[in-house]
Amino acid sequence: MDIVQTRQLIFDYDKRDDEGKVIGHHRAIDRVDIDIERGQFIAILGHNGSGKSTLAKHINAILVPTEGTVWVDGKDTRDPDELWNIRQTAGMVFQNPDNQIIGTVVEEDVGFGPENLGVPTEEIWQRVEDSLKAVGMMEYRSHSPNKLSGGQKQRVAIAGVVAMRPKCIVLDEPTAMLDPNGRKEVLEAVEELRKREQVTVILITHYMEEVIGADKIFVMDKGNVVMEGSPREIFAEVDKLKEYRLDVPQVTRLADELEKRGFPLSRGILSIEELVDEICRLN
Amino acid sequence: MSIKLEHVNYIYSPETAYEKQALSDICLEIPQGQFIGVIGHTGSGKSTLIQHLNGLIRATSGVVYYEGRNIYEDGYPLKELRSQVGLVFQYPEHQLFEISVLKDVCFGPANQGLPEEECVARAREALEMVGFPEKYYDQSPFELSGGQKRRAAIAGVLAMHPRVLILDEPTAGLDPRGRDDILNQIARLHQQSEMTVILVSHSMEDIAKYVERIIVMNKSSVLYDGKPKEVFSHYQELEAVGLAAPQVTYIMHALKESGIAVDLSATTVMEAADSIEASLKKAGKETVGTV
Repeated sequence: MDIVQTRQLIFDYDKRDDEGKVIGHHRAIDRVDIDIERGQFIAILGHNGSGKSTLAKHINAILVPTEGTVWVDGKDTRDPDELWNIRQTAGMVFQNPDNQIIGTVVEEDVGFGPENLGVPTEEIWQRVEDSLKAVGMMEYRSHSPNKLSGGQKQRVAIAGVVAMRPKCIVLDEPTAMLDPNGRKEVLEAVEELRKREQVTVILITHYMEEVIGADKIFVMDKGNVVMEGSPREIFAEVDKLKEYRLDVPQVTRLADELEKRGFPLSRGILSIEELVDEICRLN
Repeated sequence: MSIKLEHVNYIYSPETAYEKQALSDICLEIPQGQFIGVIGHTGSGKSTLIQHLNGLIRATSGVVYYEGRNIYEDGYPLKELRSQVGLVFQYPEHQLFEISVLKDVCFGPANQGLPEEECVARAREALEMVGFPEKYYDQSPFELSGGQKRRAAIAGVLAMHPRVLILDEPTAGLDPRGRDDILNQIARLHQQSEMTVILVSHSMEDIAKYVERIIVMNKSSVLYDGKPKEVFSHYQELEAVGLAAPQVTYIMHALKESGIAVDLSATTVMEAADSIEASLKKAGKETVGTV
């Protein structure tokens, strides 16, 4: 059974006038069918307004379908009795690190989730410790979150989700507000988690470099999934991605440029090593 | 015509437990018309620095000169300075508030005391400059896409006709195309006018592509100040302070280590492609020659 499955998923936002009366609809998701296997690293790309965040919010039932169905770990997200199970199964991390931390001490913040789930105190502490270790923030356990850097705050936010022992973590542009170092810290923490906890990771981002290690990439446009494949397959389509307002990693763009200038390089080169190898072969 | 900072220090919450030196002994000169990138990790002092340039924050010690005049002297027209040195904050769309885009952009010039007609003329001009489509002028700014909101907010500052435009992370959260569109517009604007543009960004690739000078902030001081090629040649030092060079820099170094004679100072995809092409062609000829 897949961890996330959608069938003919449709979501309409209401358009409202100044008085709040509904005056129409905007279709943000238009008949999407996706299947996400357990334990995979999935990336969702798409321009602003393409529907990727709306899709993400369906995975932990912040939004429920207007039409169609979403199953998370086999549970229908429209079933109110399953709401808490679904939220525990799929945790979410958002863009702004300052909007998702509530505790006055790091360990308290991380413990908030499991405490809410009614986990016994002993075990909460164990989970807090494990989660902080997993994201490399153990030494900050008794610090105040507001003194941390953006990358550190995001790692605390991730630890908070991990402490709920989810099977799936959805990260909606977790690095958009971070500096290069913060970005690296967060991505390393996510990678570490995947290895240790074997959770499914769904990463939404505008940074193409962040997704080259993904098992599968979905590209969204106008509420539809328009491309689906491995990073190599997706990034081989440099021109098509441009049409969807996206980009490719700089190394892929350079390889593409050299190919256009008549050098026979493979398409969809993703890493510096690959490019260097191929150029050395030409030399 | 320039902005000059002399031995500027800034201390947050002095003489409290939270005292923090955010700028220490900054000396900089920013001549009119430059396109400058400011980089530095979170907390390095970048935002504090740019807020000194239009007098929004007053230095604890040291002096800021705008066009030769000390902006801290008695009676200095700070309001005037703030319309000359326009600052676009991070996520500027959070500051949109009017009922229509056009009205929102008019707010700045109206505040400068200009007559309504002039305000509207300037607002239209500014919206055109950032490539904002005319059909949305009367729409509520809240119904726009992320990229359009961002444009409207930048237009709001441009409508005041600043001589210096400072943008703090103008493309954060935008998709790649939205990012390129906005930066291309800004570059065009810079070329067409004599405006100084100061771009604060976490994207080394963007910085490398657009600016002529980079100021690197680290621990409240200026670590490097120079042309992109010079600054990015210190890529290892940059990494040590939580920054990086564009991916191209790493590619060029890796190629060189594998024995391919390429220009290590290339910082953009096009420069890199040119250099690799030249190197491969030269190698090809030599091979042909020896055969």
